[in-house]
Amino acid sequence: MTSETMTISEPVKTASPRPALSVPPASPQSAEGSIPRVETVHLDFFYGKTQALFDVSLAVPEKSVTALIGPSGCGKSTFLRCLNRMNDLIPDTRVEGNVLLDGEDVYAGSVDVVALRRRVGLVFQKSNPFPKSIFENAAYGLRINGIGRRSELPERVENALKRAALWDEVKDRLREPALSLSGGQQQRLCIARALAVEPEVLLMDEPASALDPIATQKIEELIWELKTAYTIVIVTHNMQQAARVSERTAFFMMGRLVEYDRTDKIFTNPGQRVTEDYITGRFG
Amino acid sequence: MSRSRRRRVLSAVFSGACAASVLLALVPLAFILVYLLKKGAAALEWGFLFHNPKPVGEPGGGFANAIVGTLVLIGLAAIFAVPVGVISGLYVAEYRGSRFASAVRFAADALNGVPSIVIGIFAYSVAVLPVRRFSAIAGGFALGVMMIPIIARTTEELLRLVPESFRDGALALGATRAKAAWSVVLPAALPGILTGILVALARIAGETAPLLFTAFGNRFFSTRLNQPIAALTVQIYTYAVSPYEDWHRQAWAGAFLLVVVVFALSVIARMATRRLERMHG
Repeated sequence: MTSETMTISEPVKTASPRPALSVPPASPQSAEGSIPRVETVHLDFFYGKTQALFDVSLAVPEKSVTALIGPSGCGKSTFLRCLNRMNDLIPDTRVEGNVLLDGEDVYAGSVDVVALRRRVGLVFQKSNPFPKSIFENAAYGLRINGIGRRSELPERVENALKRAALWDEVKDRLREPALSLSGGQQQRLCIARALAVEPEVLLMDEPASALDPIATQKIEELIWELKTAYTIVIVTHNMQQAARVSERTAFFMMGRLVEYDRTDKIFTNPGQRVTEDYITGRFG
Repeated sequence: MSRSRRRRVLSAVFSGACAASVLLALVPLAFILVYLLKKGAAALEWGFLFHNPKPVGEPGGGFANAIVGTLVLIGLAAIFAVPVGVISGLYVAEYRGSRFASAVRFAADALNGVPSIVIGIFAYSVAVLPVRRFSAIAGGFALGVMMIPIIARTTEELLRLVPESFRDGALALGATRAKAAWSVVLPAALPGILTGILVALARIAGETAPLLFTAFGNRFFSTRLNQPIAALTVQIYTYAVSPYEDWHRQAWAGAFLLVVVVFALSVIARMATRRLERMHG
């Protein structure tokens, strides 16, 4: 945690009346001075006939942490899974608009989904290590993608575990089953597994929601360190967490992007009334 | 007062009825085991295990040919049935919505219901008639056909118990659907599938009908796959219907041995499962 994020736990309330939901969705904004790594342009998403995302345009700058917040069912997880096309696996879904990774549309016909998912990793809400050894979990992505030579595997695994701040805890027990680890360690193993294939973007879907405060703190510290090398998008239900770990925050409601700005701005001086109501816990 | 008394009486009556039913169900099993132990274990001796049948009238001899024959036959059956059964189970589990998967599942259920003698006739027409010779291969094939639906259904049911999150995790790392199924989902269900295979083996080790006109039986020791081969069940039958007192005793010993083999397979299945589960944490 840094001192600047500490100060924003209590939003500043301003007296000036603000228009409620009627304001059009935020236009694509990019952070000052950085190139957008991931960008969506007028993104709509449908589960069958139900529309889950409406015209979401959002640009995530490189090597930063962007938090997605909003009430349950607001579409933030759906949005996250559009970015590496995990929604493709759900039958009868449809995407309109564009998702751009370094300016290229990931839904274009020529894109190899498998290659895309290597570049855009995903960490799930519930840690889901495979019923294999710790080593094999971290090595899985490398093995199936045929990355590197066999002899390089231990080194790459060690690197990934170090980056996930897990190496010291598991270096003497790499052959033990991953399921013998604690919940927090399992989640860091899943992060290591995602990092091993050297993605450019890391998506995290409430990565700490099933963990105790100490394990949560470790994950947050980890995210803080990882952002120096990766572009991170994290979905969270925890306001304080969003405030602590992210530089930019996007507030979703009912499938629309209501507001997207610097995290300190969102938490201290939000541009929309609903954002403030949500952040201060008046609903949600 | 009378209400609670009524309730207690009813409860006692139903508990008693349950206990009686269990006992009644266990009586045949206990009877078989005791009878086999008395008749079979008495006739079981080292010579029975290690000698081949002697000519009629000569005392002694044993079932060594049939013991080895049964092992060869169930081994062959496993070679035929395990790949086909596991792969079709995997297919049905992974593509459960599709019409073809439903058709495969229905076919497996139908095959499971086909009487074993019919499967014997089928194997006879496919594997015996064209080459005009009874053979171990034909017998193994017949047993394998019986095993396929058991293995396919067990595999499918166990794969469906594997959490969806394993599959998603693999896909998120860039695995194709087939790779995820092969490298994560299948290994996660492996302990259960192995148990299923061993249980299926135990089940077909006791089959007689499919072997009568495929493996045929053999008075002599043979491990040649293109020749008729002895099997415990067939030899028990032959000995039991013979007019010789000595052969009847050996049939009992064979029956006892068969039960021991089936029981041992079940125990091994259990132990293997436990060991594998420990490895998986």
